[in-house]
Amino acid sequence: MKILALTKYVPESTAVIKVKPDGSGIDPAGVKFVLNPFCEFAVEEAIRTKEKNPAAKAEVTALTCGPAACAEALRTALAMGTDHAIHLCDNAFAGIDELTMARVIARAIAQRGFDVIFAGKVAIDYDSGQLGPALAECLDWPHVGAVTAIEWGADFKSLTARRRIEGAEEVVEVKLPALLTCEKGLNEARYPSLPKLMKAKKAPLETLDAAALGFSAAELSPTACATRMGEFAPPPPRPPGRMLEGEPAELAKQLVKILREEEKLI
Amino acid sequence: MESPNPFDFYDVRGLFSDDERAVQDMVTRFVDEQALPIIADAFEHDRFPKELIPTIAEMGLLGCNIEGYDCAGLNNVCYGLICQELERGDSGIRSFMSVQNSLCMFPIHRYGSEEQRQRWLPRMAKAQVIGCFGLTEPDGGSDPGTMKTHAKKQGGDWVINGAKMWITNGTIADIAITWAMTDEGVRGFIVEKGTPGYTARDIKRKFSLRASVTSELFFDNCRVPDSNRLPEAHGLAGPLSCLTQARYGIVWGAIGSATACLDECLRFVKQRTLFGRPLSHTQTIQRRLANMVRRITNARLLALQLGRLKDAGRMHHSHVSLAKWNNVRMGLDVARDARDMLGAGGITVEQCPIRHMLNLESVITYEGTETIHELIVGRELCDGVAAF
Repeated sequence: MKILALTKYVPESTAVIKVKPDGSGIDPAGVKFVLNPFCEFAVEEAIRTKEKNPAAKAEVTALTCGPAACAEALRTALAMGTDHAIHLCDNAFAGIDELTMARVIARAIAQRGFDVIFAGKVAIDYDSGQLGPALAECLDWPHVGAVTAIEWGADFKSLTARRRIEGAEEVVEVKLPALLTCEKGLNEARYPSLPKLMKAKKAPLETLDAAALGFSAAELSPTACATRMGEFAPPPPRPPGRMLEGEPAELAKQLVKILREEEKLI
Repeated sequence: MESPNPFDFYDVRGLFSDDERAVQDMVTRFVDEQALPIIADAFEHDRFPKELIPTIAEMGLLGCNIEGYDCAGLNNVCYGLICQELERGDSGIRSFMSVQNSLCMFPIHRYGSEEQRQRWLPRMAKAQVIGCFGLTEPDGGSDPGTMKTHAKKQGGDWVINGAKMWITNGTIADIAITWAMTDEGVRGFIVEKGTPGYTARDIKRKFSLRASVTSELFFDNCRVPDSNRLPEAHGLAGPLSCLTQARYGIVWGAIGSATACLDECLRFVKQRTLFGRPLSHTQTIQRRLANMVRRITNARLLALQLGRLKDAGRMHHSHVSLAKWNNVRMGLDVARDARDMLGAGGITVEQCPIRHMLNLESVITYEGTETIHELIVGRELCDGVAAF
């Protein structure tokens, strides 16, 4: 069985995000990047599937699409235990939208015979959650989103996935090949291991650029993308709080009046 | 230009390699996620948080600077950064790792036979075997040459008698690297748990290193085969070289304790209002904070250069002494001052400085007291004449 885990290198969740003055994006200076937490679930699930099912003779590959620095996400995946890593690396991939990226990935993996793809439910940077479903569409594969549990069929040709829906749990049976996006709760991702990290530092990554995948500049241009980022703007600063003064009974009356008449919250 | 990072004022991290930063980040995350949420409680209840061991082992921290034997083969700067991050959690966690790495895996690797290495190191890296290091005795630690524990050769075996004290990991250890006087001088032995005549007992009622196991070891006609002797260790240089390794880790560890205290302190003085202004806007507090940052910055640069010297094979043992003396003193002073600045709240386990302060009272004593380290440096300045 061949398993692919998609990874993305994103700003750490506690990073202080600053927008570039021209509004073209976020300023990466001083921001620490990490493997997207939902991608960690994907990598973990891929490795667990291999470890728990020796009969499946699974091989796990991690893949990312992005600039050179994103190789770190792959190093982390290798240090967690994936066997191989593919980096789709080209400056031309920097501005493409999720659907275009899905096309790029689909072409990169077309001839590689993957049986299952694990992706994060969402990346915590732009929060779009589009890439997984879009890739499944490009591959014409079934897709199960936001999975919290997986049971494998005895022959590894199918699986049963569970996902939380409003007030209930949905159980989905799916035949392989299939793409699953991983939700928090599916597993607890392991820490990378130092011996594997050191090996990963030395291991060459398979790097493919746009030309190697047969994409022209025009196909990857903003006008060719279905969506594009308009502008980045920081959220407006929070207005300062208001201090009310007086006796408690009076304060309560004032507060209710403000909430009802000015803020119209009650 | 932006204001410098208070925790790394001179951007010493900028001097690390990508590998070194990656290793540090990994351990930082582990400490934030796994150690910090439980450590105050463990300290309060005098409990070593054993539950951290499997992850520490899976991450490959044990034996991380050994090449081969399922170990990562990291450089010494990486090893230092691991100690620094673990001690940011608690000196007890760093002590556990120091003992396993520097005091047990190191001597087996350095002084053991190939068979001993194959037998023990891979399992120690996985924490399937825990070690402790028996050198210090009840009648004084700074003068190990006069140790009373002795081993007599009887046939192909050695019979060990004596006692060891202040032994980290003692009762949880599967093997004790035990140093004993013989007719030929000091020798090292691997004593396995369960060997008749070997027992261990915990030292209780500690006010320091409460999240760490500290024990006494007893050897009563304890018989071990000659194959358990470390064949390449001859004389006191053996155990002392182990201490040099452990002290090296402590040099970095103290920086972790100090930054944890600074962090707690900075947050408090910025939100605490007194006489109508935040504490942080007063001269007294700013001077004390500046002094902390000055000393942490010095300590970082000292530790890094020490690590670079060690990696280049140019580290003299007195280099370690100077740094252990400087950095632990720095850590202890920072922790005490942080404790004081926190006011009454600073006496509770809820805020970390008092815990680090109490731990560092051990750290400044063990692995060579502060005074001994001063004298080791002094000896190098005065024609090699030892004044101790």
